[in-house]
Amino acid sequence: MWLWFHKLASPPHAYRLLGKMAPWFGWPALAMMLLATWWGLVKAPADYQQGDAFRILYVHAPSAWMSMFIYVVMAVAAAVGLIWRIKLAHAAAAAAAPIGASFTFLALATGSIWGKPMWGTWWVWDARLTSELILLFLYLGYMALRSSFDDPQRADRASAVLAIVGVINVPIIHYSVEWWTTLHQPASVTKLDKPSIAMEMLYPLFIMIVGFQLYFGWAISRRLRGEILRRERNASWLKEGG
Amino acid sequence: MDVSEFLKMGGYAEYVWSAYGLTALVLLLNWSAARRREAQEQASARRRTGAD
Repeated sequence: MWLWFHKLASPPHAYRLLGKMAPWFGWPALAMMLLATWWGLVKAPADYQQGDAFRILYVHAPSAWMSMFIYVVMAVAAAVGLIWRIKLAHAAAAAAAPIGASFTFLALATGSIWGKPMWGTWWVWDARLTSELILLFLYLGYMALRSSFDDPQRADRASAVLAIVGVINVPIIHYSVEWWTTLHQPASVTKLDKPSIAMEMLYPLFIMIVGFQLYFGWAISRRLRGEILRRERNASWLKEGG
Repeated sequence: MDVSEFLKMGGYAEYVWSAYGLTALVLLLNWSAARRREAQEQASARRRTGAD
C-alpha cells in the first residue's frame, strides 16, 4: 500500500497520470455544463415569484458551492504537505488556489447581478456576502504569500499555515444564513427532509454542480502538471523525455 | 419556442445573460491560463534539458 502510494506521489508518475486523466474530466465537464445551461435556461419553468431571474441560480449556487469545496481541498492538501512533507500535496494546494479564487469571484459577481433585481441592491454588508468576500481575500492572500518567497519550500510551509487557519471561514459561510439575519435566502436544496424547490428545477442544478466538479478536475490536472514541471526543473526524469 | 421571448428572459435579460456570460468568460479564461502555463513550463523544461 505504501509502495503504491509513493509511486503515485512521485513527480514523474503523477505528471504522466494527470496528463492521461485530464481529457476524461474536460470533455464530460463541457457536455454537462452545456446540458445544464440548456436545461436551466430553456427547459426549467420560470419561478412563480422571481420569474426568469431565478435562472441565475444555476450558475450562482454551483459557483458558491465550488468556492468552498475547493478551499477545503486546498487546506487538506496543504495540511497533508505540512504534516507528511509531501511536496506533491503542496503543489496540489498551489494548483487549486487560482481555480478556487475564480469560482469565488463568480459566486460574488453572479450573486451581485442576481441581487440587483431581487433585493434592489448590488451589495449589502451582511454575514453571507461578507464571509464569501473574505474567502476571496483568503485565496488572493494565499497566492500573494506564495509568490513572495523565492524558496519553494518556505513558500509551501508559510502558505500552508494560512490555508489551514483560513478553513475556519468555510463553516462560517455555510451557517451565516442561520446565525445572522441576512437578505440572502437560506439553503433550499440541502434540506433533505423536504427540499423547498421543485425537482424539475433541481436537475439542472445537480448537473451543473457535477459539470463544475469535472471542470475543477480538469483544471487542477493541468495546473498541477505545470506546477510539477516548475518544481522539478533540475530533476533527471525530465532528461529521460518523460 | 419564440426566440425573442426567450432572449428577453421575462424582462430580466441583462441580469440573466450577464451572469451566464460572465461565468462562461471566467471558465474560458481559466481554461486558457491553465493550458498556457503548462505549455510554458513544458517549453522551458525542454530548453533546459535539451530534449525534444
